[in-house]
Amino acid sequence: MLLSTAVLAGLGLVSGLGLAIAARVFHVDVDPRQEQIADTLPGANCGGCGYAGCNDFAAAVVRGETTPDGCPVCDADSAASVALVMGLDYEQKERKVALILCQGTHERSPDRFRYNGMASCGSASLLGGGPKSCTYGCLGMGDCADACSFGAIEMTADGIAHVISDRCTGCGQCAEACPKDLIQIVPESASVHVLCSNKDKGAAAKKACSAACIGCKKCVKAAGEEHMQVETFLARVNYEDPPFDPALVDECATGAIAVVDLRKSSDRVH
Amino acid sequence: MKFKGGIHPRYQKITAQSPTQAMPLLERYLVPVSQHLGAPGTVIVKRGEEVKRGQALTAAAGFVSAPVHAPTSGKVKAIKGFPHPFGNVQEAIEIIADGEDTWADDIEKRGDWRSMDVDTIKDVLMQAGLVGMGGATFPTHVKLSPPKEKNIDAFVLNAAECEPYLTSDHRLMLERAREIIEGVGIFMKVLGVTKGYVGIEDNKMDALAAMKAACPADLDLEFQALKTKYPQGSEKHLIYALTGRKVPSGGLPMDVGCLVQNVATALASYEAIEKGRPLIERVATVTGEGIAKPANVLFRVGTPLETVIDFCGGMTRDVGKVIFGGPMMGVGQFTLEVPLIKGTSGILCLRESEVDEFLAGPCIRCGNCVDACPMGLVPSMLGVQAERGRFADMEDYHVLDCIECGSCAYVCPSYRPLVQLFRRGKSELRQLKQKASGQPA
Repeated sequence: MLLSTAVLAGLGLVSGLGLAIAARVFHVDVDPRQEQIADTLPGANCGGCGYAGCNDFAAAVVRGETTPDGCPVCDADSAASVALVMGLDYEQKERKVALILCQGTHERSPDRFRYNGMASCGSASLLGGGPKSCTYGCLGMGDCADACSFGAIEMTADGIAHVISDRCTGCGQCAEACPKDLIQIVPESASVHVLCSNKDKGAAAKKACSAACIGCKKCVKAAGEEHMQVETFLARVNYEDPPFDPALVDECATGAIAVVDLRKSSDRVH
Repeated sequence: MKFKGGIHPRYQKITAQSPTQAMPLLERYLVPVSQHLGAPGTVIVKRGEEVKRGQALTAAAGFVSAPVHAPTSGKVKAIKGFPHPFGNVQEAIEIIADGEDTWADDIEKRGDWRSMDVDTIKDVLMQAGLVGMGGATFPTHVKLSPPKEKNIDAFVLNAAECEPYLTSDHRLMLERAREIIEGVGIFMKVLGVTKGYVGIEDNKMDALAAMKAACPADLDLEFQALKTKYPQGSEKHLIYALTGRKVPSGGLPMDVGCLVQNVATALASYEAIEKGRPLIERVATVTGEGIAKPANVLFRVGTPLETVIDFCGGMTRDVGKVIFGGPMMGVGQFTLEVPLIKGTSGILCLRESEVDEFLAGPCIRCGNCVDACPMGLVPSMLGVQAERGRFADMEDYHVLDCIECGSCAYVCPSYRPLVQLFRRGKSELRQLKQKASGQPA
């Protein structure tokens, strides 16, 4: 009894000593600010900032590689406290959210063929662009929803993805996952959007989807070239300086332009 | 020799005994600019221009490229995007026939291949737009120009035709054996090899006899009847069956001194040299339960699918799927407006009742696919990896060695779309590699 106690105590002492020495010898200096910053971050490790997780982002802030507001998921308070740790001034930037530039529901853009394979947009799009008539449009199989760490994308029966904007953090993972490059991260104050990504000429685009942009440029004339442009038969909003005039919706002959309030999740896109 | 794995589907060679029928001249043809692997050619005709039969419509853009030619004489009506058999919209040249069907002036015999020099032969084949007609459509002149350090000592003629339903090569061998053998002679001369092999599955012994009878004494060809088993016609398995050589993982037939060409390509090469005719026609098997009169049809490249179907008596009312190629590796079509191209070896019309609308289940690890895979891969594992997005790991499991024959999916009791998963994996791997090398995707 006495012996076993002594042996165990001895073993514990030796190992403890070993650990204590190892901790000294292999000590890595971590800037205390990095730990403080990491504590204020969401910890989702989503990668939306472009770094390999929240810790890596914190280290990058300390190194001065990125700015305290570089985390797209942080709200204004968290970003401000990150800036406080670094002793920097924080200027609040506008929140950004994901917007799906497609309105091609089953009704507007019916399937060209019956697809009977993996329910994944990435796989389906390898088969001649996927089953949808519009080969630029949303395939509705939810690769973006699977990629979203925040449950902010919903797949519905109409065949396209919808963003629940108050859950969206604008991290951009969905945009990365979409094989059709339909998702754009836009400032939440922008209200007038071109919800189409079809780059075909007018007639072909209209044939593929009833709500396609045909590149007629009426909206550009009404809004001004600083707010909107048409490139490859597709109108695009300049989100650096977006238009706010709801009357632009009436200019659009096909309904590709819509007013969406991204600050209200009830005002669901489409 | 027998390769491991493989399957025995119902072969359904219902058109094996029906002689090839030539399609009549049509009013309209649609010639896609890209019908081969490699860079599409540059269009050298204009809208409204008069063209003659066999006149080049495009010029090869680079070495790995091939031109396309006018199927008949007529006028170019449009050059724009049309539905393409690959499932998308691609640039094609629409030609309205004038009914005269006059050949271009320069269509004449290019000489006797036995006395022509190798570079001239290769140039003639390139100008004629020759591509591998077994389905992969790789430009023939490129395949016939292996790098110098690869020592090719055996030519292999792929006459296995292992895809169910297809009989076009079978009919060609019965009807035009002498010309095919001449084509083989051309290939062997270009490669400078003396030993050739001809592999034919043992379900077409009549073709084997016809080919043997047509072989001249000065050509050292070894004819072998191969076991009827899918995918016997895969290059690597054919080489193993005929010569016992094993193409290494990631390698090409030339790594074991072999070069494989298909029956129809041999015939087209002979026509290009002997008659000066570019590749503007070929034979395809129009078949399946969904077509009224299945037949082997000689058609011109650019023939719209609808007209071929009409020529074969039309489709039954309950047709569920139309496939270009065979049931194992063919490509399903979503419109009948697509034209037939150089690589179209079959048109398979299946009835609705034959098309499985399956719901893929999870992998139950039964191992059927492992037994069936002729490449010795583990399809079950690869399928799971693709499903979970672990694309980088798929390379370690040799997904790049997959020949996409579909044997695994054929035997899967869970109806898993394995080939689709592997194709996704290959495509994602390509993108990962592009990203790693710093090039934009």
